Order: sequence, then C-alpha cells, then structure tokens
Amino acid sequence: MDKKELQLTAVKVRKGIVTAVHAAKAGHPGGSLSAADIFTYLYFKEMNIDPKDPQKPDRDRFVLSKGHTAPGLYSVMANRGYFPVDELTTLRKLGSRLQGHPNMNDVPGIDMSSGSLGQGLSVADGMALAAKLDNKSYRVYCLCGDGELQEGQIWEAAMFAGAKGLDNLCVIVDNNNLQIDGTIEDVCSPYPIDKKFEAFNFHVINIDGNDLDQIEKAFDEAKTVKGKPTCIVAKTVKGKGVSFMENNVSWHGTAPNDEQYAVAMADLDKLEEGLK
Amino acid sequence: MSDEIKKVATRQSYGEALAELGDQYPDLVVLDADLANATKTGIFQKKFPDRHIDCGIAEADMTGIAAGLATCGKIPFISSFAMFASGRNFEQVRNSIGYPHLNVKIGATHAGITVGEDGASHQCMEDLALMRTIPGMTVVCPSDDVETKAAVKAALDMKGPFYMRTSRAATKVINDVPGYIFELGKGILMKEGKDITIIATGIEVGYALEAAESLENDGVSVRVINIHTIKPLDEDIVLKAAEETGKIFTVEEATVIGGLGSAVAELTASRCPTTVHRIGMQDLFGESGTWSGLLEKYRLDGKGIYSQIKELL
Repeated sequence: MDKKELQLTAVKVRKGIVTAVHAAKAGHPGGSLSAADIFTYLYFKEMNIDPKDPQKPDRDRFVLSKGHTAPGLYSVMANRGYFPVDELTTLRKLGSRLQGHPNMNDVPGIDMSSGSLGQGLSVADGMALAAKLDNKSYRVYCLCGDGELQEGQIWEAAMFAGAKGLDNLCVIVDNNNLQIDGTIEDVCSPYPIDKKFEAFNFHVINIDGNDLDQIEKAFDEAKTVKGKPTCIVAKTVKGKGVSFMENNVSWHGTAPNDEQYAVAMADLDKLEEGLK
Repeated sequence: MSDEIKKVATRQSYGEALAELGDQYPDLVVLDADLANATKTGIFQKKFPDRHIDCGIAEADMTGIAAGLATCGKIPFISSFAMFASGRNFEQVRNSIGYPHLNVKIGATHAGITVGEDGASHQCMEDLALMRTIPGMTVVCPSDDVETKAAVKAALDMKGPFYMRTSRAATKVINDVPGYIFELGKGILMKEGKDITIIATGIEVGYALEAAESLENDGVSVRVINIHTIKPLDEDIVLKAAEETGKIFTVEEATVIGGLGSAVAELTASRCPTTVHRIGMQDLFGESGTWSGLLEKYRLDGKGIYSQIKELL
C-alpha cells in the first residue's frame, strides 16, 4: 500500500471513529483520532496479521494499553476486514461485541483485553517474552497514552523490557499532550518522555505521529535494533482531522451530537477530496 | 507434637510440585518477584532456569507479564506472598487475568497469620475474600503437602485463572492415606459425625481434626469436612451437612469476612438455613510472633478451635 492509499485509509479510519462514537452517544474520539495514523500504519502495513486467520500463531501482536481509544482500534480492524464496517455503529450498545473497552474474547483479532490504564505494557512484555522463549520471530506492538505514563506500572514494565532486552517489543506513546483534567504538564508532567525511556534502556525515536512517512521510518528503524526494546514517542494532535476537536481536551470522552457529527464528517470528506 | 508425625510447609510442597511437574508440562513457566527463595519456586528455578523469570519487586507488572505469556500459550505460575499476589495486584488480577479469563495460575505463599514474625503488614487475611469475587476464578487452599502437590497438578490440567494459597508453617501431613483423591470443587469428608460439622480449609483442617477429637471425648459427635476448593464450592457436601447435623462451624486462617465462612453462610442461608459460626480472624490485623504462638493467641490451633466451639455450643 502506497502513501496516498494509507492516507486515504487513515481518513476512513477517522470516519469510522466519529461514526461509532456518534452512534454510541459516548466514547473517546480525541485519543482515537490522534492515533489514527499509527493505527492505520500498524494494521495496513507494519504488522504481520491476517484478518481471515486472526489467531495465527506467528502473527505480530498488538496491545492497546490506552484501551479507552477502542473506537480507533475497532475502526481500523473493521476497515482491515476483521468485521463489517457497519458494525461500528453498535459500539457500546447492549449486546454488542464492541464493548466500551476492548474485550479479546468478543472480537477475534484483539490480542488483549484492556481499559484499565497502565496494564498493557506488562502484557506486551509477556508476549514478547513468550516469543523469545519459543524462538519465534513475531513482534509485539503496544500503544500507550502520554497521560497513561503517570501509572507506575508502566515504569515497572519499562524496567522489565529494558532489563531483559526485549528487542521484539515496540512501544508507541501517543503524545497528544492532553488528558481529562488538562494538559499533561499541568496535571502531572511525565516529560521528558524520551529521556525517561532511554534511562530504562530503550532505543527511543521521536516523531510526528500524524506523519505517515515518519511513522514508517520509525517502525523500520525499530526492527533493526538489537538487544533493547524501542519506544516511539509520537507527537500527535488530539482530535486530529476534525477541526473543532483538534487540541481540545473536552473531546477526550465526549460524543458529537448530530450537528457536530455532520461538521466532523464534512471535515473528513474535505480531507479525503484533497488527497484524491 | 511427637516427632513421628510428618510436617511440611505447604509452600515447600508448592515449590517441589512445580519442579516435579516441569518436564510433563513444557509450557509451564514460573514467575517471581524477588521471593523465589521464600516461595520455594527456587527449586523449580534450579531445574529449569530458562523457564523461571524473576520480575523483580514488581508484582503488578509480574501479573501482566503472566497474562501476556498466557495469551501466547504458556502456562504461567506467578508467585509471591499472598499479600502481594492477591492484594497489591488485585486490580491487575481482575482486569488482566480474570476479565479475559486467561490461563494464569497464582501461587500465593505465606498466607494468613502463620507468616509469623514479619507481622501484620505481611499477614494476608483478605486473599480468599478478594479472589472469590472475581468471576471465573478458581480458589484453592490446600490442607497439607499431599493436597498442595495434587492441587498444583490440577491447576495445570485446567484452563483458566487459578489462585492457590499456601502457608509458611510446618503443617501436619493428613492426606497421606490410601484412597485419597483430589478433585477441584469437591470437598472431602475427613470424619463422619452427627451433632455438628466443622468445615475447614488449608492448614486449619489438621487443627479442626484435633479439635474434633477433643469434642468427641466430651461426647459431641463431630463431622469434619475439608474444603480445599473455596470456589467453586462443593455445595452438595455443605448442604448435606447442614441438613444432617445442623450447626456448622467454619474454620479458616483468614478474615471471617468474605472467605470460606462467608461462602458457606451465603449458601446455607438460602438453601438450608442453619447456624453457621465463622471461626477465623475476627476483623483484626495480626502481629509479630512465632506462628505457633499466634495460632494459640488467636485461637486457631486445635485447642483454640475446641475452646471456641465449646463456648458457642
């Protein structure tokens, strides 16, 4: 898939996010949209996966440690063919497979249930360790939020990954700089994120996480690193792609109403047109 | 106690069982948080160094690592003191193991007051109550060496989350008898009796048998049931006792809030109401002391159980 196709796919993923959250009248659009380019690159280019064989043993693994951005994961998976895109409108509804936070036992292809912040990186460590123990070559990707770095368990897990040299592990920090109570500096700053992961024996790459070229370069570089895990600190814009949601913390966990939904979809249509 | 009675700490049995079963279960991996020496998983580590992972003093992380290993087909046994294997990491057990129903086994040692000299901070009374609330969690508290080894094997043969508490105290071996069968979820009738029933778990089973002997000498016919699996509870054996003997005394080396006593009371309250007296730690923290001294003070040894029941009868 070339860059243009990836960009168009990222727009589709964003549309799926907005549509799902609008239909649910609840959910987390901001952090789903900020990570949409990362989701897209992982599921359409980076990871060795097969939607027709979602449990294949040698597949790459993905852990969404920031599980509240389930709309992003669901949208990219639907667009990749794990389940029908139409199903996105069942998000958070009674009886839906698309729970408010991801449940691995509901949707084939989700490698881990998540939602309680801080726990996903430990799980990703375990997956990477399993690959090492079995001499398997699959890689493990873990997407964390920047606010999530305030959870102490993240640093327990970072210490373990660094100490054990899990070079088949790649952590991506979605650094959109906003959390529920404000900017991450105002609430309780985790900066400097890169220096912290470096101190835990990670190979660190700083990128613009909404730039697909930079995302590609970073993932390619990560695969060449031996003896240590990689952390990609991806500077992103919360709400990216929807004008009124961008950099606006109030869209962390709020759904657009019908009017706002129309504006959001028009924004994304325009984005799509510009790419054609 | 006379010298000829064999005594083994169940944590020792746990470590030995892992080492004995390692060849038969190649997917078994053992995780520790800097306590391999105390939890006795060091015995496994010696035999299978590549399959023993020390996570450092980070129980929450260890819990998540185990979950990740389980998603990839491993059977992880995570090991720490009960305080840190069920308390420190409760939410990780609930959300990273329980909710996705992963095949992770928790080997919690040093449970209850018999931790001894370390004192209240390390004497976990709450683990049975905590673990019992997690849907799909199997909760086991074996009574001796024989039962602990059988329970470890049973854990490896079942799929899904499993919690087992063991003790630091040298514990009388009571199940070294012909015909002993361990089945998850099946209580064991240790002694027949008509007047009252003592339902005990873990190291308290041995002490309950001692108390029963004293009560028999006083002319009370006592049934003794060993509930090694607190969840799922053997409802039949409990209800049969409630029906046939009435009055039930539960005994556990844990808080009486939420553990074995609660499980029995919850069941009988709706299905066969009878008096249930819960013997255990009465909403208290422990303290430093020898384990035997503490069992005596908190009346959880044979004599203590006997005198508590005498007062309640």
